[in-house]
Amino acid sequence: MTRALTEGRTIPILTVVAALVVIWYAFAVWLNSPWQIDRYEKAEVEWTTGQLINDTLNQERPVLPAAHQVAVEIWKTTVQKKITSKRSLVFHGWITLSATLLGFAIGTVLGVALAVFIVHNRAMDKSMMPWIIASQTVPILAIAPMIIVVLNAIGLSGLLPKALISTYLSFFPVVVGMVKGLRSPQAHELDLMHTYNASRAQTFWKLRWPSSMPYLFTSLKVAVAISLVGAIVGELPTGAVAGLGARLLTGSYYGQTIQIWSALFVAAALAACLVMIVGAADRIVMRRMGLAR
Amino acid sequence: MLMPNPVVSAKNLSLTFETNDGPVHALSDINLDVDKGEFVSFIGPSGCGKTTFLRVIADLETPTGGTIEVNGMSPGQARMARAYGYVFQAASLYPWRTVENNVALPLEIMGYSKADRAERVKRTLELVNLTGFEKKYPWQLSGGMQQRASIARALAFDADLLLMDEPFGALDEIVRDHLNGQLLELWARTDKTICFVTHSIPEAVYLSTKIVVMSPRPGRVTEVIESTLPKERPLDIRETPQFLEIAHQVREGLKAGHSYDE
Repeated sequence: MTRALTEGRTIPILTVVAALVVIWYAFAVWLNSPWQIDRYEKAEVEWTTGQLINDTLNQERPVLPAAHQVAVEIWKTTVQKKITSKRSLVFHGWITLSATLLGFAIGTVLGVALAVFIVHNRAMDKSMMPWIIASQTVPILAIAPMIIVVLNAIGLSGLLPKALISTYLSFFPVVVGMVKGLRSPQAHELDLMHTYNASRAQTFWKLRWPSSMPYLFTSLKVAVAISLVGAIVGELPTGAVAGLGARLLTGSYYGQTIQIWSALFVAAALAACLVMIVGAADRIVMRRMGLAR
Repeated sequence: MLMPNPVVSAKNLSLTFETNDGPVHALSDINLDVDKGEFVSFIGPSGCGKTTFLRVIADLETPTGGTIEVNGMSPGQARMARAYGYVFQAASLYPWRTVENNVALPLEIMGYSKADRAERVKRTLELVNLTGFEKKYPWQLSGGMQQRASIARALAFDADLLLMDEPFGALDEIVRDHLNGQLLELWARTDKTICFVTHSIPEAVYLSTKIVVMSPRPGRVTEVIESTLPKERPLDIRETPQFLEIAHQVREGLKAGHSYDE
């Protein structure tokens, strides 16, 4: 047990977490104390350092909320709220998650399809790739509101416009990864298929597609994380009705820093879970293909 | 009575690659017949065109001059008729397929039934002594076993012609001796025609009924040596005067083609 702790990753990870928490609290005290001291002076009360530290860590609208404040807020808005409540982070998280997953799915299908066309068609290769790269140089924050507004004008609202912003971000790593993956078979492997007089479809399904699997999963890990970013960005210009993005926006309207940080942490945890799920799928597929050693 | 058609027949065959540094004459004026049931080795230094010639037979390269026929057809037609099995220097087994599924790959592509596939996989794996390794993945096999699996894959669909491009080049000498013996046995049992590219003089002499000595710049045939060794060849035939005499002839042929010049 002790050996597992010292030799495993547990101790290093806990050490880093502890260090981060200490730094966090130090910053919380430092950043929140000017306002606190100001209040003391206005109220003309005597104060001690201990009292100051205690008060800076328990303000209602701190510049930087302390870790326990965020933890309590997350606890209150997840476990202690009904998930149908507008104040439940589970409710908002699910709204963001559903847009993320839909956008991720569309982005993956679109990315793979584009990669297949690009690999099999020289004209597509020459004409599409520059546009695909250019699409990612446009700041998503600039283009997201326009997508939402345009789609609203043609009667599309709710889940799909947000998902499309996720798609816009997530198809890119999939295209790039899959073009590389589908081209990863070596010359002699392709020659082998040629000697069997294999059709293009057979070469694709029996050689190119399985060869590209490691590349696909690497791309999907990136894609799923930025899908979540896309969904959150997509929620900002909708008038902040619902979703983690909406929580971030309303939080910043009303100076509810604790609410902002809670939403941030839930978003980060959600992203971590999504990446882990893709990672698990990766391992399962690799094992079934006999590629895991 | 007409002579049976040769399996491979090249007449004035040449192939020139256009590169940025000017044309490279990979093959120049090759005239060569390979008859049914022969074991023909192609030997020469790098750049002599021996691999290129094999690739022309396999329709992996297109000649720029002369004619070549495989089984009386163009190489393209022969390829579509699945006339040959090709063994590359790298075993090129697909890592996500087990040994039996690797051997079944050409059979799947060629549309054999499931039962037929299973029967052929079993038979060819027996032929290369890999019975019992059906469910292993390539990385679980040694280099020699991987190359045997790739030979099984080339044999699985019963092509009469086997094209082998330095199949044992990456293996150590002990394994190579062993596989050479096995290949001769296999050849005797199956009555295939084999074209075999190699760098090794002893390997060429030990295996072949005919040794084609080639030389570079431009790639051409300098000598064709018919082996006088019996068809039955134990490993220690390599110490007989007859064997050494043929090896000497090969070396002289290479010398005549300036293969040893720098």
